[in-house]
Amino acid sequence: MPDQLLYAIEVSLNGLMAGIMYSLVALGFVLIFKASGIFNYAQGVLALFAALTLVGLQQGQIPFSHVINAIFGTDLHSFGWTLPSVVAIALTALVMVGMAWLIERLVLKHLVNQEPIILFMATIGLAYFLEGLGDVMWGADIKKLDVGLPQGINETIDAVTFNAFGYGFFIDNLDIIAAFVAAALVLSLTLFSQYTKYGRALRAVADDHQAALSVGISLRFIWVLVWSIAGFVALVAGIMWGSKSGVQFSLSLIALKALPVLMLGGFTSIPGAIVGGLIIGMGEKLFEFFAGPLIGGATENWFAYVLALLFLVFRPQGLFGEKIIERV
Amino acid sequence: MTTDEGYMTADGRKIGGVLMEMKNITLRFGGVKAITDISFDIREGEIRAIIGPNGAGKSSMLNVISGFYVPQEGEVWFRGKKRAPMKPYEVARQGIARTFQNIALFEGMSVLDNIMTGRLTLMQAGLASQALWWGAAQREETAHREKVEKIIDFLEIQHIRKTPVGRLPYGLKKRVELARALAAEPKLLLLDEPMAGMNVEEKEDMCRFILDVNDEFGTTIALIEHDMGVVMDLSDRVVVMDYGKKIGDGPPEEVRANPEVIRAYLGVEHA
Repeated sequence: MPDQLLYAIEVSLNGLMAGIMYSLVALGFVLIFKASGIFNYAQGVLALFAALTLVGLQQGQIPFSHVINAIFGTDLHSFGWTLPSVVAIALTALVMVGMAWLIERLVLKHLVNQEPIILFMATIGLAYFLEGLGDVMWGADIKKLDVGLPQGINETIDAVTFNAFGYGFFIDNLDIIAAFVAAALVLSLTLFSQYTKYGRALRAVADDHQAALSVGISLRFIWVLVWSIAGFVALVAGIMWGSKSGVQFSLSLIALKALPVLMLGGFTSIPGAIVGGLIIGMGEKLFEFFAGPLIGGATENWFAYVLALLFLVFRPQGLFGEKIIERV
Repeated sequence: MTTDEGYMTADGRKIGGVLMEMKNITLRFGGVKAITDISFDIREGEIRAIIGPNGAGKSSMLNVISGFYVPQEGEVWFRGKKRAPMKPYEVARQGIARTFQNIALFEGMSVLDNIMTGRLTLMQAGLASQALWWGAAQREETAHREKVEKIIDFLEIQHIRKTPVGRLPYGLKKRVELARALAAEPKLLLLDEPMAGMNVEEKEDMCRFILDVNDEFGTTIALIEHDMGVVMDLSDRVVVMDYGKKIGDGPPEEVRANPEVIRAYLGVEHA
């Protein structure tokens, strides 16, 4: 096989893997949008907050230690323990459920029946509040997240491809794990929504609020449930992104990369979020590989948005989104 | 003759004691009175109709019963207890199921799934057991499925079980909505204009189903309708509303002879 083709294959594989990371964030958006029509700008920050909390709990950091030290003149920083990853992840998941409950209590409850744009503004406020809270609680420094996921080049793939083509593919172990995690997440979400009573209630609410009320579904319970699930998805995304590039505040910006994914896949489709992520990931890596050298590189910054724009022109509902037909 | 214990209908059905009682209900939207000081009761096993011209406040009354509106004045009594103001989903959990005039179904879900949502309030398994103990949740699902299949057979909609509701014609949607309400095994079934927008054949079918439901399951039914003919054939007792006030209450033949009712429906020339 010619070298150029082999590189292209390797680049597309890496693109697919990167795309899965985008999908993980997009999934959280889709869940909340589907159930409540709210575009949750805070999804990226939720992922950041989950990752910060996870690292904090794992390393036994004392929350709000800066504030406490400043007020009482103490010098507290750490509880002096290190929690096992599994325990820390479980605790963080609980924190995210509590967060969902608080969001419903303090924000959503008061905005029932408001225009979508108002709810959108509320999630922007929420995003900045959470970012600040994360900062005050756990500090602003970049943290290393290690929950024991393997990282670095996958030797097997490298060896196998080297023997077959005389060129070893570089695939990161973490990306492979991310692919499996995303698959497991989508599978369990699908099983949950198709085969459990809460899943059915969730779909019912997504479809028609009034009808859902009339069959005895509490909308507030469903909001807490769906934000909890989105919080859990954010935790998974936070773990993956945090392991890859460290837990830092720029993590909240991955929400912006999820936007083109959603435009491509459709705001209401879980498979759409996955496929959209894959297309964006692969598209931007291939474009950079082929066209980047011709036009001076750095195409990854904008390619996804231009692709999404093209999609908006020709297929505004996205690949898998429901077509909106308004009767006049 | 109506007593506390109930009464016998003309076709020999035994009607029981009071299931729901509305006492002096007044509902306002801002300065507009939608319902003014209305009282009536609904008895066990009865088919009770609320009729009246457009804008009489019939739908508002149904929304008060189902908790979508909270009246400013008056009391709602259900099964011998005064009901505190509650949310629609809490009313549903008390065993009051309803349909809507403009049909509120889950358009993207199949007929079967739609009807299964009707049983949500009857399902016991909690969130944890649904996620962790698959077996029990699965058994429960199967038991509920059987009940739902019976209702599907009863309403003759077997052929569309797997069809997404959005693709169904209007008449069938109405029937699916009735099936979903029935699936909750309600103590009181509220039907908001069940015959609205139907052709003659569909109306006859719906009439038959309503009578069969009452007969087969003994379900108490309260319905709103403005087609006088349909109501008179169907119901045991009729409340007549006009401009938010009650102008008549009694068996169909009595109501039909009530001069005020005739005036509301036909209008009179002013002398």
